[in-house]
Amino acid sequence: MDKLPRWADVVLVPLICLIIAFAFCGILIAAIGQSPLQAIWIMIDGSFGSTNGLGYTLYYATNFIFTGLAVSIAFQASLFNIGGEGQATLGGLGVALSCLLIPWPHWSLALLGSLAAGAAFGAAWGFVPAWLQAKRGSHIVITTMMFNFIAYALMNYVLVNLLRPMGSMDPASARFDKAYNLPKLGDILGLVGIPFSNRNPANISFVIAIALAVGVWALIWHTRLGYALRAFGKQEKAALYAGIDPVKITIYALLLSGGISGLMAVNAVQGAAHRLVLNSVEGAGFIGIAVALMGRNHPFGIVIASVLFGFLYQGGSQLAMGTTIPREVITVLQALVILFTGALPYMVQKPLEHLFAKRGGAK
Amino acid sequence: MDLASFLQILDSTIRLATPLLFACLAGLYSERAGVFDIGLEGKMLVAAFAAAAASYATGSVWLGVLAGVGAALVFAAIHGLASITFRGNQLISGVAVNFLASGLTVVLGASWFQLGGQTPALVDGMRFAEITFPFAASANESGDLGLLGGIYSHVLSGHSILVYVALACVPLTWWVLYRTRFGLRLRAVGENPAAVDTAGVSVTGLRYAAVGITGVLCGLAGAYMSMGLSAGFLREMTAGRGYIALAALIFAKWRPWYALMACLLFGLLDAIAIRFQNIDIGVVVIPVQFTQALPYILTVIILAGFVGKAIPPRAGGEAYVKER
Repeated sequence: MDKLPRWADVVLVPLICLIIAFAFCGILIAAIGQSPLQAIWIMIDGSFGSTNGLGYTLYYATNFIFTGLAVSIAFQASLFNIGGEGQATLGGLGVALSCLLIPWPHWSLALLGSLAAGAAFGAAWGFVPAWLQAKRGSHIVITTMMFNFIAYALMNYVLVNLLRPMGSMDPASARFDKAYNLPKLGDILGLVGIPFSNRNPANISFVIAIALAVGVWALIWHTRLGYALRAFGKQEKAALYAGIDPVKITIYALLLSGGISGLMAVNAVQGAAHRLVLNSVEGAGFIGIAVALMGRNHPFGIVIASVLFGFLYQGGSQLAMGTTIPREVITVLQALVILFTGALPYMVQKPLEHLFAKRGGAK
Repeated sequence: MDLASFLQILDSTIRLATPLLFACLAGLYSERAGVFDIGLEGKMLVAAFAAAAASYATGSVWLGVLAGVGAALVFAAIHGLASITFRGNQLISGVAVNFLASGLTVVLGASWFQLGGQTPALVDGMRFAEITFPFAASANESGDLGLLGGIYSHVLSGHSILVYVALACVPLTWWVLYRTRFGLRLRAVGENPAAVDTAGVSVTGLRYAAVGITGVLCGLAGAYMSMGLSAGFLREMTAGRGYIALAALIFAKWRPWYALMACLLFGLLDAIAIRFQNIDIGVVVIPVQFTQALPYILTVIILAGFVGKAIPPRAGGEAYVKER
């Protein structure tokens, strides 16, 4: 059967999946006696209606760009890293340690320190499952999943026993020095004369995330390592025959993936919370999976999908505030997006292929 | 530690191991047939919710069980559809099923009961009664029991029916898997589906049957969570037990009797973590977080093959495409 034209594969398939997912959620909202149209309006207004709402949307999107890129790099090598949650948790620890222990003279140096520490800690947490997969054949999905739970227990221990300030009951670290606060997106846009609200957590990490997306694109399609990753992902035996070392590629893929997950903490921990809390990742590691699938594994698509999920997140919390619809409607939507784009691709793709084949035959 | 608290820990071990055991055996059927299932957690959660909701609405614990099993079966069908019929990625489908359960239970629960996602507390008749063994009650009153008497009256007696059903499922699963034609075919379809197909047996049918059994067992696990272990549904009440069950399954190397051992071990760890928090063993203090993480750490060690190798069914995770 003919393959789909590229534009249909990249645009039409995710779009149809999204429409089905939205339709299901609309039915769900109607079923609990609320108006789906009003709900979607509240979501759009709350996340794009003001620059403050937009700031929140972009803040969430920044997290998802990091975790989505992380998942997609591993996907390129046919490795399914569902440990983004744990790797970002450890990244948070790295960022917190860098901000708490080292007296940085300026926020920009603190940012560099956080980037290095977050990436290093995240990569280290990805390294163990990668090594076990490459050397001992342990299934990477299971080990990264186990490492999520181990990371959570470790973070709980570290926060309760080591990083918690004296006299505090809250399992969280002390606040970082105010001088390390990252410049807000509003400040940056203000410099070039664009008015943008400052009361939201969107910060310079958004710019870093976009730059990283470009970097990942260049890495995957324009470097030797990227070629090796893709070759290994497409056909392991052929890659081996071409002299690509499977052990090295598996480890590189997960180091990159874990490191990028860890970078998420720069946005969430240094950029927004200004301290390390127990659940600093808030499920963004898992949303990375949905974002990578929805974005068709391409950095550009991932940025778009991240903004979409940022909208859903921000819109979801507006829903919870403005109506009696719980924000978990978004979790359902997220599940459906994962289901239709990731697990049921043939359900949408096959009928489309038929359609296009028929049209091609008629010509 | 005195005898009474020792017996108490064993008692809660059995209680806490029961949902793990149901879920672990559920995963065993599915994975032995070659369908990976990381959606055990989601199926348990949705079953726990449906069971508690139906039991509250009807006042009958058995209708609750029926609803729980039904809900888990629907979710199992989604997973089956994605991984068997549409040949999608089984792992991604499992992730989706988990999120679907996590979102749906809160959305429906919050709008039905107006309690922020939980069901109202279940009273007697809406949850499982405890079964007291013969003489166990009188033994309790007579006081001094000794170890064996204590185990009989405190540990083995006094659980709800589902606990005993779970324990009975272990030999039953062993018998089905190793002594019946269905079991032989089930194991074969997880190792070499092409051979089963060549013998004229439907691969699709077998896998759907396995996924169906998985749904039923997950339903029982969830029903026990909300109507046995506690009295009602709380949001996210399964709290990662589906993943621990998955860990237990790997720990048991996909075999029923070892599954029982693994679930009891993980249940014991859970019971210890709940009762003691930090354990001071003289030289060092074991933090409670370590006890909580131990099932996962042990599973990683087993997976790494440092202590015996855990080899999954060979055709696991792959959809079967009939050759033409």
